[in-house]
Amino acid sequence: MAFDKSEVSKVAQLARIKITSDEIEEVESRITEILHLIDQMQSVDTDSIEPMSHPFGGTQILRSDTITEENNRDELQKIAPKVENGLFLVPKVIE
Amino acid sequence: MLEKTVAELSKALRSQEVSSVELTQAYLEKIAAVNERLNTYITTCDELALKQASKADQLIADGNQNPLLGIPIAHKDIFCTKNIKTTCGSKMLENFVSPYDATIVSKLNKAGAVTLGKTNMDEFAMGSSNETSYFGSVKNPWDTSKVPGGSSGGSAAAVAADLCAIATGTDTGGSIRQPASFCGVTGLKPSYGRVSRWGMIAFASSLDQAGPISKSAEDAAILMNVIAGPDNLDSTSSRTPVVDYTLNLNDSLYGLKIGVPKQHFTEGLSADVEESIRLSLKEFEKLGASITQVDLPNNHLSVPAYYVVAPAEASANLSRYDGVRYGFRCDNPIDLEDMYMRTRSEGFGSEVKRRIMIGTYALSAGYYDAYYQKAQKIRRLIKNDFDAAFETVDVIVGPTSPHTAFSLGATTDPVKMYLEDIYTIAVNLAGLPGISIPTGFGGNLPIGMQIIGKEFAEAKLLNVAHQYQQVTEWHKSKPSENFGE
Repeated sequence: MAFDKSEVSKVAQLARIKITSDEIEEVESRITEILHLIDQMQSVDTDSIEPMSHPFGGTQILRSDTITEENNRDELQKIAPKVENGLFLVPKVIE
Repeated sequence: MLEKTVAELSKALRSQEVSSVELTQAYLEKIAAVNERLNTYITTCDELALKQASKADQLIADGNQNPLLGIPIAHKDIFCTKNIKTTCGSKMLENFVSPYDATIVSKLNKAGAVTLGKTNMDEFAMGSSNETSYFGSVKNPWDTSKVPGGSSGGSAAAVAADLCAIATGTDTGGSIRQPASFCGVTGLKPSYGRVSRWGMIAFASSLDQAGPISKSAEDAAILMNVIAGPDNLDSTSSRTPVVDYTLNLNDSLYGLKIGVPKQHFTEGLSADVEESIRLSLKEFEKLGASITQVDLPNNHLSVPAYYVVAPAEASANLSRYDGVRYGFRCDNPIDLEDMYMRTRSEGFGSEVKRRIMIGTYALSAGYYDAYYQKAQKIRRLIKNDFDAAFETVDVIVGPTSPHTAFSLGATTDPVKMYLEDIYTIAVNLAGLPGISIPTGFGGNLPIGMQIIGKEFAEAKLLNVAHQYQQVTEWHKSKPSENFGE
């Protein structure tokens, strides 16, 4: 599958990563090489194979619906870049 | 004293030949003296360590018998530690102090282990050489011009250079076993789910697993006894009953059936590594084991499948680093979008960004079936290969890495770097346990042998490794005081 510069920009935007114009060439060629490696997967027929998402077919564990989390807001916000009145502060989103 | 195993130190502490405070002080002094050259620790916590050591000495005097009590340990900087920085080798978390301890850390604290500090690693555990760390590469203690392996390179180098008694590591595609091999120490990757992932910073959630890096298989067993087991905070942790990992260490290997995969002895394997593994197989035969060839026909597809599964899961896991709740935020963002974009571009290194982009691409509309679904089907084929092999053998043995430690700066091509893990990655995809132990040298650099087991057969792997270490001395070899300079 072709992976060109417009594809790089699209994926970078989806991943919220800024790729500058001097970086784009290298990013494109590196990712193309990696996709070549990945494309070796296409050499085997897997039509009848069930996909495997968990090594041992794990099932979700249930617990009773009781409150287990304490409110640690102050402690959790101590490590935030910017807070105000118990809220995480970000650049203005709504005019 | 610093070169002793946990088992030996535990005896010395109990007989009051040495105190935990003295031992801790000695390790901290050695770290202070050599860390600038080896770069194994990102953070040391002297004050906290001495406080823990003094408390341990009190408990030892009171007759507490826990084998890890008072033992100085290093944690890979991927495990969250309350009151100690956790950077994950990234600028993104350069000043991050977690509000809680990882389960593995709280279990080890409770067992009385003394935390010396946090070890260097590839950024977000993405690398096989430790060169992607924001804090600079770790140097291999056997030769400082060589890499220590990765991503748990700091932990492996710290154990090899006697900068701790034992260390924790994590392994997503070989990150415990390959650095253990390059540094001449023992490293166990347990079965998926055997050790809780709570508080272990996520890379690829269906592959990540924590385990010990140690000076002997016996020490790895002692650590496993503390860290293994289910955890209500990690719903993927296994409910399979935990055994006492030290109980069967001395079982005879008479009648053990060892499978040797022909796919692990093909072109690309260096002659010195091959010879060392062949000689080790002879040792096993002397111990009463029989050797047969096994077939892992889809092994060559493990690296391609891994580079879909791991980046896809990483792209989702690392979306949390947005500059809002913790970690790095760029200066003076003009709006929210600009903040996300610049925070992530400035906070992540190039390998991490590359993997996020591959994962994002593989999961994007129209490509899911061709990439992620296909990789999961290949994962099944790889697992089936192991299941078939384990119908006739008890363990699978081969090299951990195709060659000994390579030179710092020598491998700049990502695809070439990815292929470094050709013997270890399939084990993660199948969720199996694997251990690497030292088996000799190529020049002055250690060689490692990988032993792979059935799911939850950690005790068997430790038994096989321990028996090998009873008749060989490779695990006791030490790098020179000047680290080969």
